[in-house]
Amino acid sequence: MSSTFLGMPAAPPRSPYGTGNLRGERKFPAAAHDELRDEQLRRNLGKATRTIRGKRLDVTAELPDWERLRDAGSAIKTDTMNRLPELLQELERKVTEHGGTVHWARDGVEANEIVTRLVQETGSDEVIKVKSMATQEIGLNEHLTSRGITAYETDLAELIVQLADDKPSHILVPAIHRNREEIREIFRAAIPGVDPELDSVPAHLAAAARAYLREKFMTTQVAVSGANFGIAETGTLSVVESEGNGRMCLTLPRTLITVMGIEKVLPRYQDLEVFLQLLPRSSTGERMNPYTSMWTGVTPGDGPQEFHLVLLDNGRTAALADEVGRDALNCIRCSACLNVCPVYERAGGHAYGSTYPGPIGAVLTPQLAGMHAAKDDPNSSLPYASTLCGACFDACPVKIDIPSLLVELRHQHTEQSGTTAEKLAMKAAAQVMKRPRLYTAAQKAAGAGRVVAGRDGRISHLPPPFAGWTDSRDIPAPPKQTFRAWLASAEGAAELRAAAEEGARKPGHDGEQVGPGRNGTHVSPGRDAEQVGPGRDGTHVSPGHDGEHVSPGRDDEDGDQG
Amino acid sequence: MRIGLFATCLGDTLFPEAVRSTAVLLARLGHDVVFPPEQTCCGQMHVNTGYQREPLPLVRGFAEQFGDASIEAVVMPSGSCAGSVRHQHGIVAERYGDAALRAGVAGVQAKTYELSEFLVDVLGVTEVGAYFPHRVTYHPTCHSLRMLRVGEKPLRLLRAVDGIDLVELPEADACCGFGGTFAVKNADTSTAMLQDKLGNVAATGAEVCTAGDSSCLMHIGGGLSRLRSGTRTLHLAQILASTRSTPYVMQTDQLSEAAR
Ligand code: SF4
Repeated sequence: MSSTFLGMPAAPPRSPYGTGNLRGERKFPAAAHDELRDEQLRRNLGKATRTIRGKRLDVTAELPDWERLRDAGSAIKTDTMNRLPELLQELERKVTEHGGTVHWARDGVEANEIVTRLVQETGSDEVIKVKSMATQEIGLNEHLTSRGITAYETDLAELIVQLADDKPSHILVPAIHRNREEIREIFRAAIPGVDPELDSVPAHLAAAARAYLREKFMTTQVAVSGANFGIAETGTLSVVESEGNGRMCLTLPRTLITVMGIEKVLPRYQDLEVFLQLLPRSSTGERMNPYTSMWTGVTPGDGPQEFHLVLLDNGRTAALADEVGRDALNCIRCSACLNVCPVYERAGGHAYGSTYPGPIGAVLTPQLAGMHAAKDDPNSSLPYASTLCGACFDACPVKIDIPSLLVELRHQHTEQSGTTAEKLAMKAAAQVMKRPRLYTAAQKAAGAGRVVAGRDGRISHLPPPFAGWTDSRDIPAPPKQTFRAWLASAEGAAELRAAAEEGARKPGHDGEQVGPGRNGTHVSPGRDAEQVGPGRDGTHVSPGHDGEHVSPGRDDEDGDQG
Repeated sequence: MRIGLFATCLGDTLFPEAVRSTAVLLARLGHDVVFPPEQTCCGQMHVNTGYQREPLPLVRGFAEQFGDASIEAVVMPSGSCAGSVRHQHGIVAERYGDAALRAGVAGVQAKTYELSEFLVDVLGVTEVGAYFPHRVTYHPTCHSLRMLRVGEKPLRLLRAVDGIDLVELPEADACCGFGGTFAVKNADTSTAMLQDKLGNVAATGAEVCTAGDSSCLMHIGGGLSRLRSGTRTLHLAQILASTRSTPYVMQTDQLSEAAR
């Protein structure tokens, strides 16, 4: 018997990307440019994120085991992603056993069609909704509207956004970009029968929304929700919220349809212990969230008598295929990373163009929907919408290393972009930097930058693409002398010798007497040839005269360009 | 101790005084300072902009120049370059290097330090004999704070400086908005962040805003210069190297150091 050698298996084709609200119309810098001009937005965002940052720090600092909770959360999530298929099948089995029906949706289009069909089968043309990122991601409301079904958002902030025909700008506080006055105007214009004298006192605004929603809760027969967690072991679904509107939606209607991203599954019921501590403290800065609803299938005579679970992929399998990027699927949507992000705080959520804004959006969106759908895909700008300051990583309750993911996505972007002007510049820079001789020459050329500097030694105007820098900052003209030139100069040698002599006069701080001459090497460069030269093993101790060195090291040969 | 000094490309070319001060300070503390002359750049800008193939020779070069066992520690006046060596060189070596490079990188990573952590953790000193009779505020740069976790170390060094009037910077841990190429690619957002930082710096009434990274100082300093502010920027090393016998001479002009 002979077998046919088929060669090394190729990488499997990447799963399809997701559809829906996962791509803006413009790149981040252009969108942010406009958002930044909205002073109101910046003030609201600054105030809200600052308040919530403080609250979060207080309630996380008071737990002695907070760091270990984070580790546990991270470990459970990583374990979940490592065996996602089996956990999802277990979840399906358990939900079905308890009288629910499970549907699998490959993407947003399929999920929208499934939900629409399920609503139509009930005969209702209205649904009430619990705030849900997943349905926002797939554009469910718009889809239902196109099929003659009206969806009512019942979370106060989502309601404001919906009534204003607006888009949410924050995962947790979707109307963070609106102030009270604006909300009053929105209510007066859009809530039927609202008191025309309605003022902007928060309690009055809340009462107006409550009166409007109560009627919807009591009369609507179908609810659509998302899910924070789905427990594979028991088939239990859970929604965590603050206003009680979720509890109403999850208990009053006859039919409940839950759309859950497949990454929301958790292995065991016990895992909730970890996440129900991590989530409220990270998101709202509360010790516990006011309402935690859990349900398992259907219970005869109690709550919805029909339960459908729609499991949504929409690019999640594609993200899972990425060894580095898959960590983003561990996200529990607490929004802590948004609240600490200096970029998000200034640019706001809309600039990201996706359902998922902020640091997590910048790593999740490109993975769910890709970043090379067309030339100049707006999503390709998202990994660059960060200074890599690392505040998000510190805040994340499941320790997602967002800065490293951003760097990885940037790498994937440049790898897929072919030859660009930037790549050529980077190549050229590396070519210079790896050759000390060329590098020294380039430093001298940089000294020519002194020519364009003003007499006070500052450069106030640079041509594009660096004009962005000089729009608001000067840049110093290069100094007359580089460090290495100083080191090789008589002045440098004298200064270092004086410092070394001073050092030799006092005992070393680490207890040992150190100073020049130890190991036969010297402290610092000098011009005396006997003191300079290659040290042991061919390394140089110091430069010789005028920066030229005698080097047994590498020549100017190209390195491995891999 | 035999210390390999890494000047960083930015320090070597644009901010030599910060590197000079680092060398002088370490020598004054009684240590052997060596400067492998083939050193250039750690490759951070490449990696952070998305390029990991291109800096491979830089990663290799760094490991070769500082790999020698006679160099007991590699010290640099930059938190972000130290962060790059410790956190990014391994990624590049893993992806595009060979076993020898991976081993070399691991060896040199383990002895790489940013100046303040080297002084406090390795040498165990906070009092370096510095004298700096000026009002100073300290900006903790993001990479030193969150990548290296230098924490209070720079402040402990500053508090021990003779004559200093150290004032706390409000919202100190907020990013200044630099982020390497971020400042160019997202200039508007970067500027908005910088403005808030400048406001906080101004509120301290300090003569000097210091930090452990010339790059962030270039950003903050560039903004202060544009505003013709009375505050100037100075690298932490320059304050620590200033003594009664050789004090730092304050210049009023923000950028005059580089312009000399
Ligand atoms: S990435 Fe982390 S901090 Fe950000 S929303 Fe997700 S879980 Fe929260």
